[in-house]
Amino acid sequence: MSQSLAAQADVDPKMLAVVRRQKIQDFFFHKITASFSLLVLIALLGIIASLIFNSWPTFKKFGFEFIWRVEWDIINEEFGAAIAIVGTLTSAAIALIIAVPLSFGIALFLTETCPVWLRRPLGTAVELLAAVPSIIYGMFGLFIFAPLFADYGQPALQSTLGQMPIIGPMFGGAMNGIGMLAAGLILAFMVLPFIAAVMRDVFEIVPPILRESAYGLGCTTWEVVRHVVLPYTQKGVIGGIMLGLGRALGETMAVTFVIGNSNRLAASLFAPGTSIASTLANEFGEAEDFHISTLFALGLLLFVITFIVLAIAKILIIRAEKAKGFKT
Amino acid sequence: MNANLYRKRKFTNQIGLTLSMLAMGLGLFVLLWILFVLFKNGFSALDLNMFTQSTPAPGTEGGGLLNAIVGSLLLVGFTALFSTPIGIFAGVYLAEYGDSSKIAETTRFVTDIMLSAPSIVLGLFVYAIIVAQVGHFSGWAGTVALSLIAVPVVVRTTENMLRLVPGSLREAAFALGAPRWKVATFVTLRAAKSGVVTGLLLALARISGETAPLLFTALNNQFFSADMTAPMANLPVVIFQFAMSPYDNWVRLAWGGALLITLTVLVLNIIARVMFREKVKV
Repeated sequence: MSQSLAAQADVDPKMLAVVRRQKIQDFFFHKITASFSLLVLIALLGIIASLIFNSWPTFKKFGFEFIWRVEWDIINEEFGAAIAIVGTLTSAAIALIIAVPLSFGIALFLTETCPVWLRRPLGTAVELLAAVPSIIYGMFGLFIFAPLFADYGQPALQSTLGQMPIIGPMFGGAMNGIGMLAAGLILAFMVLPFIAAVMRDVFEIVPPILRESAYGLGCTTWEVVRHVVLPYTQKGVIGGIMLGLGRALGETMAVTFVIGNSNRLAASLFAPGTSIASTLANEFGEAEDFHISTLFALGLLLFVITFIVLAIAKILIIRAEKAKGFKT
Repeated sequence: MNANLYRKRKFTNQIGLTLSMLAMGLGLFVLLWILFVLFKNGFSALDLNMFTQSTPAPGTEGGGLLNAIVGSLLLVGFTALFSTPIGIFAGVYLAEYGDSSKIAETTRFVTDIMLSAPSIVLGLFVYAIIVAQVGHFSGWAGTVALSLIAVPVVVRTTENMLRLVPGSLREAAFALGAPRWKVATFVTLRAAKSGVVTGLLLALARISGETAPLLFTALNNQFFSADMTAPMANLPVVIFQFAMSPYDNWVRLAWGGALLITLTVLVLNIIARVMFREKVKV
């Protein structure tokens, strides 16, 4: 082949040189871009490796028992992650309980009832809510929301939910405004725009023909959303909720401001608590030696928890997108 | 006979739609409330001193946020400088070469994980590999931490925007004999330019307000310093420390900084969205 090419006398050697040069350029371009994208991969592996390496002393001393030990005694070097994990999970759970129905409402409004000319500005407003830095939510929570919550919110909750059996003790105790419940509420408004944006996007991929058939059968808007749109987008919606959960679990600044930062387990949601992220933010600056290692261990646990949640979310969203391809 | 059923269905519908409208209203209300509070508390701190003086010592009067503003600009600027090429090249790889390769598949997954990984954990990582090794906090460490947050955002938007470029454009360029790298840089990347810039702006908006990773990396500096190898003052950490402090003066400055940062972030967001919208129209 190459011989026959060379045999053709009219092939300009200059052109061949250009082709050869471009081939080399292409080769390097490919490798350079590939190495940049590998950088991201290496960064993640590096993060995992450094977290494991630095938390090793802690796991060597306490073993996996570290995860459910309740002590957090800096002076005697007795550490356990239970309080911080419970705090992280509780605040994130409160956030989701509040944010999910609200996000669903917002997504429903934006895709079904909202007049078309208002959709874009309102959608942008929701996205701006997502853009407000978390430290602003923290300041807002501490200075504005907490006092109001202590004066009006908490007494109201105590006189209603606090009187009920079983869940009553969760709404009792001193009313300072700040605490687990306040952290959960602030978190709810932080993750709300993320969940609402995903829900709106997946609601919009529902083929119009499905929606119109349901309307044609005489369904009300509510019934269309409840029995057609929601089942169709189920996986995507759950994926969006998991993304919100991932955010809520790892959020630091907003929680640090309002959670109260106390290393005690309390039955009441009004009581101050702590989360993994807020413990890190508060104690890392003054930590030394072994204490640092336990904080890295907390960071590792947080990373593992969010990694699992995010991986599940990712898989569900991919499946939802695939299903979209098959059903239409 | 059916009248009862109809009434019930209509009623459920109305309840559902009303509640959804209330949810939207609540969301809007919170956004406006936060902005109102920021303006009310922050506006009084927005004066010339804020931009010309450095952060005051505990208990002293006056002072401003000059060192923090300059620090934040430096940190965000260097982060943009590093994460733009990395993010765009990685995005180009994913969009142009990475259709089915295992590496691209994994990178995409990892990028998505990094996109919502807790930022405080990224701070821990940078502390371990830089601050602990060097022995002190530094502006560079802060830049690395912020880059870890910004790069995934740039990668993802670049890839998505490049994928929106019609395949026929690529094919036309190939047919003219253009090599792959020229097609990628001079044709597709150029066609997707405004989308890519949108991604960059969103990444900048995201990192300008990040606090948690800076706590363990750039930390803070009470004095004016443009030395990237030393601890560096920055708005988010200053806001965090001042807001939690007992001094009225500090709290007032914290509100001023909070207003400044929120306005910056929101303006960046709005510019990014307007730019992207104009591109889509054309």
